[in-house]
Amino acid sequence: MSIIERPADIARHGALGTSPPRPDGIEKVQGTFEFSSDISADGCLWGATLRSPHPHARIVAIDPAGAWQIDGVHAVITADDVPGQMNYGLISQDQPVFASDVVRYVGEPVAAVAADHPETCRRALAALAVEYEVLDPLLDAEAAIAGDHPPIHPDGNVIRHQRIIHGDPDVTGAVVVEGTYEIGMQDQAFLGLEAALAIPDPGAKGVELHIATQWLHEDRTQIAACLGLPEDAVRLVLGGVGGAFGAREDISLQVHTCLLALRLGRPVRMAYNRAESFIGHVHRHPATIWMRHHATSDGEIVKIESKTVLDGGAYASTSSAVLVNAITLAQGPYRCPNAVVDGWAVRTNHLPCGAMRGFGAVQACFAYESQMDKLAAACGIDPVDIRVLNAMRTGDTLITGQPVLNVAPVEECIRETAALPLPDEPVGGAPMPDGSADVMKLPGGAGRTADAGDIVRGIGWGVSIKNLMYSEAFDDYSTARCRFTDGVVTLKFATAEVGQGFVTLAPQIARTVLGVDDVRLDRIDTQIGSSGSTSASRQTWMSGGAVNAACLAVRSKIFDHVAEENGFDPAALTIDGTDIVDSVSGWRGDVAEACAGATFDETAEYHHAPTTELDENGQGSPHTAFAFVAHRAVVDVDPELGLVKVVQIATAQDVGRALNPLSVIGQIEGGIAQGLGLAVMEEIIQIDGVIRNGNFTDYLLPTFLDMPPVVATLIEQPDPYAPLGAKGVGEPPCISSTPAVVAAIRDALQQAGIDRPLDRVPVRPGDICL
Amino acid sequence: MSEMEIFSLHVNGERRDVTDSWLGESLLDVLRDRLGLVGAKGACEQGECGSCSVVVDGDLVCSCLVMAASAVGQQIVTVEGIAPPDAPSDVQQAFVDAGAVQCGFCTPGLIMAVHDLLDRTPVPSDTEIREELAGNVCRCTGYGRIIDAVQRVAVARVELSS
Ligand code: FES
Ligand code: FES
Repeated sequence: MSIIERPADIARHGALGTSPPRPDGIEKVQGTFEFSSDISADGCLWGATLRSPHPHARIVAIDPAGAWQIDGVHAVITADDVPGQMNYGLISQDQPVFASDVVRYVGEPVAAVAADHPETCRRALAALAVEYEVLDPLLDAEAAIAGDHPPIHPDGNVIRHQRIIHGDPDVTGAVVVEGTYEIGMQDQAFLGLEAALAIPDPGAKGVELHIATQWLHEDRTQIAACLGLPEDAVRLVLGGVGGAFGAREDISLQVHTCLLALRLGRPVRMAYNRAESFIGHVHRHPATIWMRHHATSDGEIVKIESKTVLDGGAYASTSSAVLVNAITLAQGPYRCPNAVVDGWAVRTNHLPCGAMRGFGAVQACFAYESQMDKLAAACGIDPVDIRVLNAMRTGDTLITGQPVLNVAPVEECIRETAALPLPDEPVGGAPMPDGSADVMKLPGGAGRTADAGDIVRGIGWGVSIKNLMYSEAFDDYSTARCRFTDGVVTLKFATAEVGQGFVTLAPQIARTVLGVDDVRLDRIDTQIGSSGSTSASRQTWMSGGAVNAACLAVRSKIFDHVAEENGFDPAALTIDGTDIVDSVSGWRGDVAEACAGATFDETAEYHHAPTTELDENGQGSPHTAFAFVAHRAVVDVDPELGLVKVVQIATAQDVGRALNPLSVIGQIEGGIAQGLGLAVMEEIIQIDGVIRNGNFTDYLLPTFLDMPPVVATLIEQPDPYAPLGAKGVGEPPCISSTPAVVAAIRDALQQAGIDRPLDRVPVRPGDICL
Repeated sequence: MSEMEIFSLHVNGERRDVTDSWLGESLLDVLRDRLGLVGAKGACEQGECGSCSVVVDGDLVCSCLVMAASAVGQQIVTVEGIAPPDAPSDVQQAFVDAGAVQCGFCTPGLIMAVHDLLDRTPVPSDTEIREELAGNVCRCTGYGRIIDAVQRVAVARVELSS
């Protein structure tokens, strides 16, 4: 992968624009970094969860007697043991801590036990007798919309219905293309499984929870409500997080672990295994999107029409916000003056769905980018040219009427991607020295493919838009504290480090603002205000903004102090490297020495500009900011066996400013791997409401052999609205990489004379060859 | 728990008594929960992800698939035994420098697998790296920086030896 090299003299090492090593890197390579699953405590018991085997059933009776007969069992709890609020949820509180009357998905918690060993827990769960009366499950999202099924929840079967009417709804175009697209249910599949340790306070007056999460304060609010405790009696500490990707935004085992610990007055650990993880967290919404584009005969988009249906599963989670992304971004990164868009997020007896990297934008993008290729074909225009022709620019409006005020280098993203070199590798891979095919380069790998001569290569495009931060009038602020004493800066924040590297970035900000190299990080916990969630590509902007503001506040105090000591005008002082400089006298002195004996301690909040809710016609300014990216995929396809090998992904991404180029590269490559996964292999299969592939043998993840080389260009146009000029970079890579791969497969098949719609992801071998 | 077994393992050059394990515990569980060596991680316990990789008598294995009691008398090396705490190995340092670590959950397993790969194949091709490490899943990095780290070590070792 190409990395943008910057001249070494722009920034001192460790400041913004450089790529210092992660502060937790050495611990992580040595195996001493403490993940939440590694944390234990003296006298600790283990907890485990009993889950529903039915997608929809009434609980007739729960008999715990069998569990109590097992040696080593210390507690059995059910809904009757929840002292506070019975339900939780991120947007609406509709999900029970334990099901009390009805279970609504396979895997819904019904009871929990605590015992001396995980194996004792397993036996106790097996001995818990629950009598169910099986009910008719609602498994069809369209039936939920049509009202064909009695409500499966007091809140009804429709979580949200929202339409968007923009411009002239009746206008038509000379060219019309349409299609119906399906997106399968993807799992975040972070490697570090859910795990937590709860330590009760004496007298069960409070609890400390060590937890791998994306948002400590939101967890605390929901946990405290269910425990019936004041929020300040519930203290959360971030346990080492082994990836998140959206799956840790909702509550999973948090409340259960605390309940058991408080009940017993002893520390309790809970840890999911992979099978439980698959049913224990929310997933990416499966979607069906019908879309029709109207365009002029030259290919200029005139109007889009669409209907989006998201299957939210049994509980609401963030479905309504995912829906808003999916419909408000339905035009993609293209100008579109008129729109008639309809969207539904519905409740079914499937696994609950919520946040996953890309959050609604992923589903929309597969539809609109498939449409753009259809439009290009219908107009006889090259796929690149039609995208450039329609590319959004700063000042254009979304179909909600919101102006896109951010830097919008869509055309640059496309052109820079097109300028990246195509792979040198010949079709089917470079041959071995003896002239035979290198089987490892063929689709399907060793021994799985037809003759190398049958392999066809295709090229496909995907371009996307992503909103950054939370939307619809939500004030997702962030808080940070900066303390400077004895030449050391200490930063404190509650920003969840999930692997993305905020712990690297925050000290870079402090070094740059304050001119101090020794920057340390305090523990990440709830002993400070909220930082909001590590999601929506928002922490560089929001928590970066908060750290920047706290450091600026300290810098201002430093300038006052130095000015007073030396008789300078504080307004004339600046930081240059590690020095303070008086621009009037030319005096310069080391920051740490100039502040010897003094302590400065400032806390700051950063808020983004307010946004609005959508009105009944979907009009408003719901989003905070936008980022863009283009992807070009090259694939080799074996049309007979339906096998695909992705050969290369090229990308140019709108990053605003690369504050840590190596971290940006890591987000780009990692995100593309997840986009590739959705394109060709990743899908949770549920049959009759039962997950059938909830393990890593059957749920396929991209490996070293599946992931091709990535070539990338960073488009650096600092965004004037971003506190550091930088846009969030985490989500865009996984959004349009998916349709790019699928378009490349379609292109390869067309060259082989095969016409397949490939209107569903992941693309399965049978979709190609049958 | 019934059927408690008492046995000894040789881990990272030391004899470690396992006094409270029951028959059937995996090497991964015994290392983590009985011996306090939490460097090896469990992410699938099915042999699919490589997070639990350790070396047993010179062979790289998934410790989730090995019964602890079957490793009696064998030399076990975990990530904690790869290098002293104050002197990370060349592979460990290269992972940090190359940006091959994000969440780090896959990292200990990959450190074991990369040492094993480079011991057997000092200058691996891109395909060899991908093939040899395909048993180690990383969900964060997309593998690019890990491959870079492996190549950096291979180059540095060649330079060192010439
Ligand atoms: S935990 Fe052993 S291979 Fe995944
Ligand atoms: S760094 Fe997170 S799984 Fe590899």
